[in-house]
Amino acid sequence: MCTVCGCGDTHGHSHDHGHDHGHDHDHDHDHHHDHDHQHWGAGLAGVHVPGLSQKRIVQIEKDILGHNDALAATNRQRLAEAGVFALNLVSSPGSGKTTLLVETIGALSGRFPVAVIEGDQQTSFDADRIRATGAPAVQVNTGKGCHLDAHMVGHALDRLGPPEEGVLFVENVGNLVCPAAFDLGEDAKVVVLSVTEGEDKPLKYPDMFHAAGLMILNKIDLLPHLDFDVARCVGYARQVNPGIKVIELSAKTRQGFDAWLDWIAAGRKTALARRAASLEAKLRAVRQSIED
Amino acid sequence: MHEMSLTEGVFRILDDQAASQGFARVKAVVLEIGELSQVDPESMRFCFEAIKGGTIAEGAVLEILRPPGRAFCLPCGVEVAVAQRYDACPHCGGHQLQVIGGEEMRVKEMEVE
Repeated sequence: MCTVCGCGDTHGHSHDHGHDHGHDHDHDHDHHHDHDHQHWGAGLAGVHVPGLSQKRIVQIEKDILGHNDALAATNRQRLAEAGVFALNLVSSPGSGKTTLLVETIGALSGRFPVAVIEGDQQTSFDADRIRATGAPAVQVNTGKGCHLDAHMVGHALDRLGPPEEGVLFVENVGNLVCPAAFDLGEDAKVVVLSVTEGEDKPLKYPDMFHAAGLMILNKIDLLPHLDFDVARCVGYARQVNPGIKVIELSAKTRQGFDAWLDWIAAGRKTALARRAASLEAKLRAVRQSIED
Repeated sequence: MHEMSLTEGVFRILDDQAASQGFARVKAVVLEIGELSQVDPESMRFCFEAIKGGTIAEGAVLEILRPPGRAFCLPCGVEVAVAQRYDACPHCGGHQLQVIGGEEMRVKEMEVE
């Protein structure tokens, strides 16, 4: 059983994988299958106490996302202790997230450690593309699920290991709706919008643009061929999120790429400072106990 | 369709509460789904009906309350009503709005026996 989330208890059903488990399951994608459905019927549903029918109102006031948020807090703590700057990349399918990551990893190569968690409903295509760059990557297949949650990311981190004093990129499932609600333990959500998608996306999908700290406007090398109005798009994004930062770039031509790399490097420094403060506090505590 | 995951979260809470508060059946569930939250209440209702069979909430009635969107306008220094995230302040027309209500996604209470 997982000691963090206790998932061995709640997901204790057998899986029909359609194969005979004759292999050793050491390949790099998540076979956890933890999300599609849960079998609540086997729990307290069967408990019936005859003669007991005293109706009562129970006040709960519990956040529906409380369980996810608690696991996200655990991920966040773990990443902070390792001095990791963690980003959750969200967008619609086809905005160029994976190409952006491949190019980013290439540009950061040799500067600091980078690791990637790839979320897709099916296939390990994206993790394969990332691993081809030499960076460690884990693929999480959500099956029918439309988003990553903190539980999946926690287990992916178990297998990947946090990239100490480096950067973790989580590439969420391509979907501008559902991933907005789920905290994974990241430092920031980065919403990637390509200029081929239309400048009104921030108003059509306001929750995602509200949740993001940074908007990347990708594929700007195509702007001469399109009617996309950059200023209007940025205006819409600021309408739902006045504080959102915007970087315009092309992952293909690397135009505007330095601003993105600088933003990552600045975030990583913040994560390092956080770790240094935490280590200094521990050191002080140890010194104190020597003197006591 | 993240409403399915969220509804599973509701049932997780019901089960936890049943264990800690000692009840066996849930007759009614009251949710607070704010108008600015990331949930479509009708989808949530659909998912609730789809999941509840065979659980402690089999036969339970679902009630969804919709707390309205409220925001604080920083330049005006007043609280205003907002129906959408992209709404402007009705006084100054600006968007420097801090949402302070309507984002709730909560199990408020339930009737149990």
